[in-house]
Amino acid sequence: MQRIGVFVCHCGTNIAATVDVKRVAETLLKEPGVVHAEDYQYMCSEAGQKLIGDAIKEKQLTGIVVCSCSPRMHENTFRKAAERYGINPYLVEIANIREQCSWIHKDKEEATEKAIILGRAAVAKVMLNAPLQAGTSPVTKRALVIGGGIAGIQTALDIADAGFEVDIVERTPSIGGRMSQLDKTFPTLDCAACILTPKMVEANAHEKITLFTWSEVEKVGGFVGDFKVDIRKKARYVDMDKCTGCGECQAKCPNKKTPNEFNRGLNNRSAIYTPFAQAIPNVPVIDKNACTYLKTGKCGVCAKICKAGAINYEAQDEIITREYGAIVVATGFDTIKLDKFNEYGYNTNKDVITSLELERLMNAAGPTGGHVVRPSNGEDPKTIVFVQCVGSRDTTCRGKTYCSKICCMYTAKQAMLLKDHYPWLDIHVFYIDVRTPGKNFDEFYRRAVEEYDVDYIKGQVGKVSEAENGRLLVQASDLLDNRQIKMEADLVVLATAIEPNEGVRRIASMLTASIDTNDFLTEAHAKLRPVESPTAGIFLSGVCQGPKDIPETVAQAGAAASKVIGLLSKDHLVTNPCTAKCNQVYCNGCSNCEKVCPYGAISYDEQMVIRFGARETTRVATVNTALCQGCGACTVACPSGAMDLQGFSNRQILAEVDAICR
Amino acid sequence: MQAELIARAKALLADGTVARVLGWRKGDTDFNAEPAVFETAESLDEFVYDGFCGANLSKYMIKNSKLEGKTLVFLKPCDTYSFNQLIKENRINRDNTYIIAVGCYGKLDINKIKAAGNKAILSVAEEGATLKIHTAYGDAEMAREEAVLDRCKVCKGGKHVVYDELASFVDEEKPAAEGRFDEVKKLEAMKPEERFAFWQGELSRCIRCNACRNVCPACSCIKCIFDNNNYDAAQKVNTSSFEEQMFHIIRAWHVAGRCTDCGECSRVCPENIPLHLLNRKFISDINEFYGEFQAGEDTTSRAPLTNFTTDDVEPSIVKERG
Repeated sequence: MQRIGVFVCHCGTNIAATVDVKRVAETLLKEPGVVHAEDYQYMCSEAGQKLIGDAIKEKQLTGIVVCSCSPRMHENTFRKAAERYGINPYLVEIANIREQCSWIHKDKEEATEKAIILGRAAVAKVMLNAPLQAGTSPVTKRALVIGGGIAGIQTALDIADAGFEVDIVERTPSIGGRMSQLDKTFPTLDCAACILTPKMVEANAHEKITLFTWSEVEKVGGFVGDFKVDIRKKARYVDMDKCTGCGECQAKCPNKKTPNEFNRGLNNRSAIYTPFAQAIPNVPVIDKNACTYLKTGKCGVCAKICKAGAINYEAQDEIITREYGAIVVATGFDTIKLDKFNEYGYNTNKDVITSLELERLMNAAGPTGGHVVRPSNGEDPKTIVFVQCVGSRDTTCRGKTYCSKICCMYTAKQAMLLKDHYPWLDIHVFYIDVRTPGKNFDEFYRRAVEEYDVDYIKGQVGKVSEAENGRLLVQASDLLDNRQIKMEADLVVLATAIEPNEGVRRIASMLTASIDTNDFLTEAHAKLRPVESPTAGIFLSGVCQGPKDIPETVAQAGAAASKVIGLLSKDHLVTNPCTAKCNQVYCNGCSNCEKVCPYGAISYDEQMVIRFGARETTRVATVNTALCQGCGACTVACPSGAMDLQGFSNRQILAEVDAICR
Repeated sequence: MQAELIARAKALLADGTVARVLGWRKGDTDFNAEPAVFETAESLDEFVYDGFCGANLSKYMIKNSKLEGKTLVFLKPCDTYSFNQLIKENRINRDNTYIIAVGCYGKLDINKIKAAGNKAILSVAEEGATLKIHTAYGDAEMAREEAVLDRCKVCKGGKHVVYDELASFVDEEKPAAEGRFDEVKKLEAMKPEERFAFWQGELSRCIRCNACRNVCPACSCIKCIFDNNNYDAAQKVNTSSFEEQMFHIIRAWHVAGRCTDCGECSRVCPENIPLHLLNRKFISDINEFYGEFQAGEDTTSRAPLTNFTTDDVEPSIVKERG
C-alpha cells in the first residue's frame, strides 16, 4: 500500500492569496493512498524541507507530492530533500499550483478547485512512480563558441584563461563582429577598434583558442558534456598558411563591383577581400559569386601576383567534426530590413541612412575616411535629422514590439561626435522617450542636450521626402508643443531596430535551444539563470538573448564563460534517469523511434526475444541510456506502446488525465 | 485475366521459384472473394481474380515473408503502396517475396449493386462496362461504373510502385483520379459542432468488431495497445461511453503518416462507417503542411511526421487548422 504525503506551499502570498491552501491540503488528504497533508508558508525553505523530512520518518511515506511552483523552479530542491531524508528522489512529484494556477486566476474559489485537481493528478502519478537511479556521463573538456563578435571573443577568452580549450566558429572572414564596425562607444567615447582589436589579437594568439573563421556550424549531435559538431569550413581559396596578408591581391583584383558588406554597402569591394584592415585572421577570402576566374575561368590576376603562391582556385568546402562539452551561442544581431517603412524613404533616397551606416561614415577606417558626407553627392551636410525607434517599440506589426535598448545612447553619442567635428551642424533628434538607465548614461545624454545643444523633439517623423532643391523634407509632429513640423535636412539617420542575426533559427533548431517570438534565444530562467538555455549545456552570450549594449554583453559573456567553466571542471555529469525504455516483447521493429530520436540514442538489431511464450529472433529497438535525454519523442512515435519513458510512463500520464477528468 | 494469373502461379510453383501463392479464392458467395494461400497446383484451380478481389494482400506478407521459401503475391496498384510502407517499417522480407503486379479496373461494391434494387443476388458477371446480375428473381444489368467502390473513384492511378513482373493486363499509365480530398473539404467546411455531430452519428454505429484494425496494413503491431492489458487504453476503450470515438481517433493517430489511403477500413466496415475520411484528413493536412507526401511511394524517404526540418510548419498553424 502506498503512503503518500502532500505538502502545500503558500509561496508567501504568491499562492496563498488566490488559493485556499488549507482546503487543498484537507481535500487531498482524503485521496486514496494519501496519509499525510499539510501546508506551510515557504516549503522550499530549510524549515519547510524539514517538515517533509519529519513526515517521511513519522508516517513512513513512500511518495511525496509538493504543491508549489513550477518543477523547473524547485523540483530539484525537493528531490534533494527527499534523498536527504532517505527516500528515492524520483518518488517526488510537483503539482504546479503557482505558474499554472494562482498566478493566472483571480477567483479564489476557481483557483482552489483547480489546485486540488492539479494535486490530485500529481497524487495519481506518484502512485505509479518507481525509484530511479541516476547514472553518470563523461565531460569533453572543450567548448564551442558560435559567433566571433565581442560576446564570443570575451566568452572564449574567459574560458581559455581558465585552462580549457575553446573553438570559435565565425561565419564571416574575420572575427570582430558588429563592434568592429563601430566608431566610438558610449558613454566613455573610447574608440571601438582601440578596445576591440587587442582582444581579437589575444583570442588569435591564445594557445587554448582555435578560430574557425569563414565557417559555419553544420550539424550538432550529442548532449551536454558530449556534443559532436560538424563545422563547415567554407572554401577560402586562399591558403591560410602561405598568405602573408600583404593585400596586393585585393589592390590588383580587377573586379571591384561587389557592395561592401562591412561598410553596409556604402562602397564596393574587390572579389578577393578582407572585410577590414585589422581583420583576424588577416587572410582574404575569394567571394565565389563575384570572382571572374571562379565564374568564367578567365582572369587569375590574384594568383599571378601572389608572391606566396597562396591562391588556390580548386579549394573545396571542408567539414570537420569536433567534440565539445558545452556550446555558447553568441550569434549577435543585425538591423532590421526597412522594406515596410516606406515613409522614411530609406530605399528611395541615398541620404536616408541607418545609424549603423552613419557609424561607418564616421569611422576613420570607413569608406569616407571618417568624413561625414551626403552619400548622394558627397557634399557636407548642414542639417541632420535623427529618427528614433524606427521599427522598435512598434505595435503596427511592421517592426518589433521591444525596445532595441542601444539607440537612445548611440544617437546621443553620434550627435555629440558630429558636433565635435562639425560645430556648425544643426542636429535634430525625434524621439518617443529617451531611455538612459545605466551608469553615467543619463549624464551622457544631458551633455548632448545641454552642452552640445542637440535639438531633441518629442514626436515621431511621419514622412521623409525629397524636396525640390535636392534636400530632404522631413514632416513630423512635436507632441510637447502640439504642432506640425516641416524641416529640410541633408541627412536623415534612422535608429533602426535590431534583431537577432539571420540564421539564428537554424542554429537554435540544431541545438534544440528554444527561441521566443522575436527569435531571441530563451534563457532557462529570466532572473535566476539568464545565461543558460533551457537545453542543458547550451549557454547564451550577447544580443542573441536580447538587446544589450557592449558593457552588458561583456558582463554576460563572462557570466556564460563562468557557467561553462563550472561545467567543464567536472569529470562526470549526473545523468537524468528518466530515460526511454523499450519493452522488446511489443517492439514491431518499425524504426519510427529511431527516426525521431534527436540524440541518436536508439539502435536496432536482431535479438532473441521471448514473445508470448515462444522464442523468436527479431529486429528490436534498444535505448542507449547514456545518450537518451528523456525527451519522450520515441514514446509518441511508437504505435505499439513498446517504448515508454521512465518517470513519465504512458500509464502515469493517463492516470494524471484520469485524475483531472474525474 | 484470371487464367493468366493461375498459369503464371502454377509455373512459378512448378519451377520452385516460389513455395506458395498468396491470392484470392471464392468466398461464401460469388461476390465475396477472400485472401487465400495456395501451396499446390491443384489448389490453384480455386484461385479467382475478379471485380470483387478488393482485399489488399500486402498485410498477409508480414507473416508469409517470414516462412521458408519465397511467397508469390498478387498486388493491385494501390496495394503496392501498402507493401512498400511495410518494407520501410521492416515488417516484410522483400527478398522472400515474388510480386506479380495485376491490373485493376476499380473493384466492385456489392452494396451498390444491392442498392440499385437487386435482391437475392446469386452471381455477378463482368462483361466489359456492363455487369450482368443474376438474381433469384431474374436477371438484371447495370453499368460497371456505377458499382465501383468509392475508394476506386479516387484511384491513385495504375502505377505499381513495387513488383517483380507485370501481368499482361496492367495499365501503368492510367492517371490518378481527381477529387480525392473533396469529401475532406466538405468536412472541413462544417462548423465544429456539425462536424462533431457527423462523427458522433457515424462512430456511434461502431460495434467494435475490429475489422478495420484487422484489415489495415498499417495496423500491424505485434500487440495492439487495445489488446494489451499493460496499457490502460485497452480497458478504457472497452468500458468508456465514448469508446467508439476514442478507439477510432487513436487508431487514426497511430496510422498517421503511414496510412497509404488504401481504403480497406471503409470497405470492410459492416456498419459502413466512412473511416477512411479520418485518415484522409490527416493525409490532406500532411500534404498541406509538409508538401505532397504519399506513404509507401518508396521505401527509403523520411515520412514528414518522423522527420524534422527547419522548414516544418509551426505548431500554432497546425493548431489553427483543428
